[in-house]
Amino acid sequence: MPLDLVLNVAVSGILTGLVYGLMALGLSVIFGVVRVVNFAHGEMMTVAMYAATILFAALKLDPFLAALPVAAAFFAFGYWLQKTLINPFVTRPMHSQFILLLAIAIILVNGLLMIFGPDARNVQVDYQLESFEIGGILIDKARLYAATAALITATALFTFFRFSLTGKAIRACADNYLGAKVVGLNVKHLYALTFGLGSACVAIAGCALSVVLEVTPQLGPAMTLLAFVIVIIGGMGSMAGALLGGVLIGMSEALAGLFIAPSAKSMFSFGLLILVLLFRPQGLLGTRA
Amino acid sequence: MLEVRHVSKSFRGLRAVRDASFQVPEGAINGLIGPNGAGKTTIFNVIAGVYAPDSGEILLGGRRIDGLRPDQVCAAGVGRTFQIVKPFAGLSVLDNVIVGALHREGSVSAARGRALAILEKLGLAAKRDWPASSLTLPDRKRLEVARALATRPRLLLLDEVMAGLRPTECDQMVQLFRGINRTDGLTILLIEHVMRAVMALAHHIGVLHHGEVIARGMPEEVVRDPAVLECYLGEETDV
Amino acid sequence: MSRSVAGLLALLALLAALPFFVGPYLLSVLTLVLFLAYTGQAWNVMMGFAGQLSLGHSLYVGVGAYAAGALFFHFGIGPWAGVWLAMLLCVALGLAIGFLAFRFRISGVYFALLTIAFAEFTRVGFDHIGWLGGPAGMFLRVAQRDTWDFANFRGPPLMYYYTMLALAVAAFILCAWLLRSRAGYYWQAIREDEEAAQALGINSFRWKMLAVAVSSAMTSVSGVFFAFYYNNLFPEQIFHISRSIEILIGPIVGGVGTLFGPILGAAMVTLLADGLTDALMALGWDIPGFKRVFYGVVLLIVIIFLPRGIWPALARRLGLHA
Repeated sequence: MPLDLVLNVAVSGILTGLVYGLMALGLSVIFGVVRVVNFAHGEMMTVAMYAATILFAALKLDPFLAALPVAAAFFAFGYWLQKTLINPFVTRPMHSQFILLLAIAIILVNGLLMIFGPDARNVQVDYQLESFEIGGILIDKARLYAATAALITATALFTFFRFSLTGKAIRACADNYLGAKVVGLNVKHLYALTFGLGSACVAIAGCALSVVLEVTPQLGPAMTLLAFVIVIIGGMGSMAGALLGGVLIGMSEALAGLFIAPSAKSMFSFGLLILVLLFRPQGLLGTRA
Repeated sequence: MLEVRHVSKSFRGLRAVRDASFQVPEGAINGLIGPNGAGKTTIFNVIAGVYAPDSGEILLGGRRIDGLRPDQVCAAGVGRTFQIVKPFAGLSVLDNVIVGALHREGSVSAARGRALAILEKLGLAAKRDWPASSLTLPDRKRLEVARALATRPRLLLLDEVMAGLRPTECDQMVQLFRGINRTDGLTILLIEHVMRAVMALAHHIGVLHHGEVIARGMPEEVVRDPAVLECYLGEETDV
Repeated sequence: MSRSVAGLLALLALLAALPFFVGPYLLSVLTLVLFLAYTGQAWNVMMGFAGQLSLGHSLYVGVGAYAAGALFFHFGIGPWAGVWLAMLLCVALGLAIGFLAFRFRISGVYFALLTIAFAEFTRVGFDHIGWLGGPAGMFLRVAQRDTWDFANFRGPPLMYYYTMLALAVAAFILCAWLLRSRAGYYWQAIREDEEAAQALGINSFRWKMLAVAVSSAMTSVSGVFFAFYYNNLFPEQIFHISRSIEILIGPIVGGVGTLFGPILGAAMVTLLADGLTDALMALGWDIPGFKRVFYGVVLLIVIIFLPRGIWPALARRLGLHA
């Protein structure tokens, strides 16, 4: 196996992995703060991907530009979803939450199926087939842009949580629900805000991914599982962990596809998930709860 | 009956219990008092098997029980209540106690019989088909005690069982424990803040402060011990 | 005789007599209802009784199906022997998963994810096992469909209906017996509060393992039925997560932890979904995905307004004990 092929595939995997990482970041933020298991995460991203394809088909809008209005729409949707539907479930047993979001996921996936049908769609931008050559390695332009978008969003999110007042308030809610309420924080609003932010992440990830992958309705559940795998491997509640996990999964899936068989890619991820759950449930960068 | 020897337990550097030693003779009712955070519930949890001690031994009737799982400790003869009551909310009052009774009874029907008898004793018989979640706090405490008693323990650990009870309710519980102790010879170790109950029940008291046993003796002596007063009220200073 | 028992017997009589009044299509739908009722009952043992949420139950259906199917396909061994292998494999698998989960203290969402991971891993894995047909599937020979050949489990749809009915009844009786036994009490105690249960002398690890074993054994029989009823097995289809979801919709909608809930739920959801799809097709609309959207909406409504399921509320209205 020629080395440059391996390197190409690996780099490609890392770049894609960064976008996966952004998606997982949204999940990690939601679970870390609101403690809700968003089982509809991948489905939401699939909706964003479809949105990107529609906007491109109708308005010739580059997905990276479309990401802004789509993210805004998703932010509003996520905020609304949390505030109205999900909030009463925060205190309910986990299997109830699970079923609620599972129901939403089922509706989303099959709604997409009903509207768009099962055939794959994608976005064909001008630079779709172009690549940069750096040191003998071929890097897809589209993939690079997607990864850059992911990194920028992640950094923005990180800065928000670290340095802004609202961000700190949200982290306070995550640390100590009762204490936050006692200090007068409007927890319901902050939770909704967090879900909105997580949804916006997912939207940007979806738009970015639309230039890299084809989208079908069935991608939703696969992505949800992938998001959970990444978050668990990287560490629940750790933002850097989500990105790191994404990169690891992206790279290993790509390499597994190369060395073993393309269809065995996901086996590898699930195998890794099982191992992490057993031996290091807090993930690589997570802290023991 | 119970012997705690040089038991220490730390949690990530915080020493909850240090080198605690005391004994509870068979058939006695002993009390464990001390300010909040003194380590009383931790000692209970170590005895009950929730934690293993970092060092030291715990003997029940001469047999070591430290390091055993909670269900094994129960099998050895220890029953316990929890500081914050943990009823099986989705089950009826009777079913709650049947779960406990099944520990020693061979069949569900035998367990049912025993459970009913215990509910009678604790004054909960009329509410036996009520869901446990619908009980008031004093009744929940009684249920917790009933459940633990159903396992036929040799030693009963009561964790602040009087908290939140009115004085009359408290007296009723005291009568109940005195009665069981007299007729069945049940050994009891109780953690309490409600001094009314401690003074009325305990033959012997140990005082815990910052994880260490700082005093022990008859209730009347211990309550007057200056070291004990200091740990509750602080040092005497001249104003 | 109590009202509940009388009601159940009446229902049983109705179900036994139904085939004489309905056409073949409806018979197949009813068989599916009974299939889901039975499998939902099996799933309920783990979740409703012992409180462990499994989202990967398709694993046991699939392994059971392939075990018996492979024996028949490669060696001509009939389902009555095949079912033992199916049960053995599924129980071993379930115990392995249970052991890993419970020893390592994995619970709640992590446990659910673990079950999904195992099912998905197996789904992709079976695609690569040529001896079992791979992604192209395994097809079982159907010798005849006219006479009731119990030994090879081949016959008219009527035979399958009555077999599934018998299985559903057996499952109901078994679960009723379990619920009133020591196992039932201990499982429910563990479900309500594991720490308190341990303090009463219950070895929660052992009892949780038992729940998993019973549930997986029961589900494996489902798989064997599936293999000899549909006669074609594809990893992509039988291990898919939507199969796991189909299994749990009945108990969740009907009432987790109750005896009659899984049956009621399976009946309601399947009949409604099929009824609606048929109505739409009659109007000329063949929309893929509609049935599942319906499932999603039903789940949503139930979980928001009747989180404990339909049966507990209904039973109260009828004055019956849930």
